[in-house]
Amino acid sequence: MSFLTLATPAAARRLFLGQSGLMLSGAAIALLAGDDALAAKTQGGTATDIRILNTALGAELEAIAAYQLGAESKLLQKPMLDLAVTFQGHHKEHADVLASTVRKLGGKPVVAKAKYDFPVGQLTSQADVLQFAAKLEQGAVSAYLGAVPLFGNRDLAKAAASILGDEAMHWAVLRQALGEVPVPSAFMA
Amino acid sequence: MRLAAPLAAAFIVLAGSAQGADASRGEQLYSRCAACHALAADRVGPRHCGLLGRRAGSVPGFFYTDEMKSSKLVWDEKTLDRFLAKPMAVVPGTSMTYDGVPTAQDRADLIAYLRKAGSAPECQRP
Ligand code: HEC
Repeated sequence: MSFLTLATPAAARRLFLGQSGLMLSGAAIALLAGDDALAAKTQGGTATDIRILNTALGAELEAIAAYQLGAESKLLQKPMLDLAVTFQGHHKEHADVLASTVRKLGGKPVVAKAKYDFPVGQLTSQADVLQFAAKLEQGAVSAYLGAVPLFGNRDLAKAAASILGDEAMHWAVLRQALGEVPVPSAFMA
Repeated sequence: MRLAAPLAAAFIVLAGSAQGADASRGEQLYSRCAACHALAADRVGPRHCGLLGRRAGSVPGFFYTDEMKSSKLVWDEKTLDRFLAKPMAVVPGTSMTYDGVPTAQDRADLIAYLRKAGSAPECQRP
């Protein structure tokens, strides 16, 4: 599936439900333009859009690996473990849709690194793992915020904003779990 | 109509140069970079230990764009201030697809932090 492939809402819905058993995501709903419309809209800025998507994809792939590390660390107890697995699932969905959109635009999606250099030595408690995840999610919100105005194709900007919203929720929930003020300010930067 | 201060801060790009730079405020601001960067590890972006004084695109083993490698920039207060304001305008084709840090004071504080962090314990390990 990609942000850009699905011809009709019904087709999108069937495909999405078939793949994940979940509700159709907002991003997919938002991006139901046909291929021709896409091609017309992305004239000129396509190479830049591919680059933005690939940088975001690289960060999503790292987040998936980070949650994997957290889930396997034996430091997370339920319900935090379930939460981490759920959030990891969201990042996998983000990565899938970013990769297929890159392909759709004629680019080559980046792949996960063989090894990530995580600060494993500093993760010795559940709170450490949650703090580590919260930092990544906060950074991801800032990163998407910094990507939104750069897209040539406004549908892609909308899709990035949709992912941003999801990652902001992760960040707030992780802060809440850590006993911090869940939403520390009215604006993100 | 009066514009609330935070709103103004969020939406108005402040011109002019920064006052004194505050590294500890810069450390807070560095959370904006945390999806892609760390001091001592290469991630989506290169490590920042040793940044001040090094040539752009010169961390061994990091997969830079050709555009960054051939930018001929050397990172100091001036070049960082320019780059961080509009990365994609200063190095067209860069994979740091990030709109930038619009406020001069924020950039100055970030750069002060990056300079100070260069001598942090994290950056001293081999
Ligand atoms: C979305 C991911 C992302 C975000 C967010 C991001 N960067 Fe980067 N950064 C990169 C990538 C990727 C590169 C390598 C660029 C290239 O090769 O063209 C880079 C390169 C750099 C460089 C050049 C380093 C060198 O070794 O030449 C500096 C300096 C830098 N980033 C600082 C920052 C700062 C400070 C922030 C936060 C305000 C930030 N970046 C936010 C991805 C990001």
